[in-house]
Amino acid sequence: MELFSNANDFLLWVRGDAFNIALGLFIIGVLVRILEIFLLGRKKDFSEARGTQWGPGLRNIVSRSVVDNGTFKRAPFVVVVGYIWHICFFIVLFLFIPHIELINALLGIQWPGLASQLVDAATVVAMVSLVAMLWHRLTHPVLKFLSTYEDYVVWFVTFLPLLTGYMAFHRMIDPYPLALGLHILSVELLMVIFPFTKLMHAFTLFIARWYTGAMMGRKGIVS
Amino acid sequence: MNKKTLFESLQQQGITRRGFMKYCTALTSLMALPPSMIPMVANALETAKRPSVIWLSFQECTGCAESLLRSHSPTVEGLIFDHISLDYQHTLQVAAGDAAEHAREQAMKEHHGKYLVVVDGSIPLADPGYSTIAGISNLDMLNETIEGAAAVVAVGTCSAFGGLPQAAPNPTGAVSVSSLVKDKPVINVPGCPPIPTVITGVLAHYLTFGSIPELDNLGRPKVFYGQSIHDRCYRRPFYDKGLFAETFDDEGAKKGWCLYRLGCKGPMTYNACATLKWNQQTSWPVESGHGCLGCSEPNFWDAGSFYKALSIPDGDYAKAAGYAVAAGVAVGAAAGFANQKNKANAVSQHTKVTVDDFGENKDK
Repeated sequence: MELFSNANDFLLWVRGDAFNIALGLFIIGVLVRILEIFLLGRKKDFSEARGTQWGPGLRNIVSRSVVDNGTFKRAPFVVVVGYIWHICFFIVLFLFIPHIELINALLGIQWPGLASQLVDAATVVAMVSLVAMLWHRLTHPVLKFLSTYEDYVVWFVTFLPLLTGYMAFHRMIDPYPLALGLHILSVELLMVIFPFTKLMHAFTLFIARWYTGAMMGRKGIVS
Repeated sequence: MNKKTLFESLQQQGITRRGFMKYCTALTSLMALPPSMIPMVANALETAKRPSVIWLSFQECTGCAESLLRSHSPTVEGLIFDHISLDYQHTLQVAAGDAAEHAREQAMKEHHGKYLVVVDGSIPLADPGYSTIAGISNLDMLNETIEGAAAVVAVGTCSAFGGLPQAAPNPTGAVSVSSLVKDKPVINVPGCPPIPTVITGVLAHYLTFGSIPELDNLGRPKVFYGQSIHDRCYRRPFYDKGLFAETFDDEGAKKGWCLYRLGCKGPMTYNACATLKWNQQTSWPVESGHGCLGCSEPNFWDAGSFYKALSIPDGDYAKAAGYAVAAGVAVGAAAGFANQKNKANAVSQHTKVTVDDFGENKDK
C-alpha cells in the first residue's frame, strides 16, 4: 500500500501528526537536558563573596558575543564565517514572512519581515558559509581529527532545511506541496535531533556564559 | 446525431469567420501551442463532427454543470459546448425519465469506442444505495458507460479527487473516477467548480488532435494546471516585498496586498484562475479580495483552515506541546534526581588515597 496517495496527503501529514511528534520530542528533549543541568546543582561556595553574581552573569551573556582579539588571531576563518552563518541563519529563520506566521501561531508574537529576495540572498550566503565550514572541517588536520560522527550529522540536518527551503521557494521540486512538505519534514528532523546533539548550544550557551560571568563577578573580577 | 460540423453550427448562431479565427487563436495560445498551429486548430474545429458526450452526474452539487452549461450570453465557448452532441445529462433530462436512459444506451451503441464520458461527482462505495440513477448504482453505471468510451473526463474536484463527499469521515466511502477507471484515459479537470474555459479547452484539444492533452502527475492537463496560482498572481509582487493584508478590511486589504497571511493557498494550488479568470474574464477570487482555497487540489476540504497561512501546522499542536512540557518536566526531574543520587553515591563510595597506597608502603 502506498503511504501517501499524493503530495497533498504528504504535506497534510507533515503539517499535522509529524509536526506534533517533532514538536513533542523537541520540547521533551530540551526540558530534560536543561533540567538535568540545573538539578545537578552547584557545590556550596563557603568563601566570602567579593561582588554580585547576577549583573556580571547577564553582562557576560552579551559581552562574550564580541570576539576577543586572541581568538580572532588564532582562527580568523571560524570567527568570520561563523558570524556570517549565524547572522544569515537568523535572518532566514526569523525574518521570512511564512516563518513569522508560524512563530505567531505557536507563540502569539510577531514582528515585521523582510522582502523575500533579501531572505533568498541570506539563504544562499548561509548555505555557502555552511559548505565553507564543512570544507574547513575536512581540510584542517586538527579539526578533522577532533570531528566525530555527530558533527557531520549536525551539519547535515542543519543544511537540509536551508536547501529544501531554497528549493521550495524557487519551485525546483514539482509539485509544490511535495517541495513544501520536504522542507517542513527536514525542519522536523532538525527539531528531533536538536536536543540530543551539540545543537543544544542554542540554549546552553546562555547558561554557560551566565555561570562564567557570575563566578567571576563573585570573585570580583571583571567579566 | 447532428451531422453538421462545429463551424456550421457556430455560423448558424451568428459567429463570423473572423470571430471564429479569433477564438482559434486564443485557444491555440491557451493550449500553449505555437502560432503556426492556429490553421490546424481552425481546420480541425471546422471539420470536426460533433462528438457524442455522455455526462454522468454522481455525488455532486450540480455546481460544475452550472458552471459549464449555464452561459447567459452565447460565448464561443458556450456554443462549442452547446454543439457537442450531449446525448445524456440526467439533470437536464430529468423529466424525460426512462427515455433518457434509452438515449444513453443508444449513444453508447451508436458511437461505441468513440464517445466521451464526462463525470461530475464522486462514486460511493460504502453502499450503492447512497446514490442511484434510474435504480442503477453509480458504480454500475460508470462501469457500464466507460466500457465503450474513448476517454473519460472527470469534471470537478469530486470526480477528479473525491472532493467534498470524500472529506473526513467520508460517510459514503466516496472515491474519485481515476481510482476506479484504470483501462481508459482519464483527464482530471478539477476545481470547485472548474473554469468553463478549461473544460471547453480540453474538449477542443480532443477535437483538434483526437488525443488527450499532456497531463501532470495528478492527471490534469498541463496547459491549464501547469502553473500555480501564486506564480501567476497579480498580487505576487506584494508577497515578494513583504506587504500583506492582516485582516480582510485593513489598509493592506484595501491596497490589494498579498493574502498569504489570511490563508491564501495560491502557492500550492495549480489552476488557471489567475490568467483565465471567471465570468467572462471579469474577476477571480483573489482579485475580489479572498485568498485561494486550493479547490483544484486533492483533499482541499481537509487541508486545514481556509484562513490559516500555509506555513502554519494543521494539527492540535498546543495540546501536543502541553503534553510534551509535562512529560519533559517529569522525565527531566527524574533524570536530574537520578544524577544527583549517582553523584552522592560516588562521593560516599570514594576512598581516599593515602600515603600507604604508594611506593614501598604499598604492600605493607
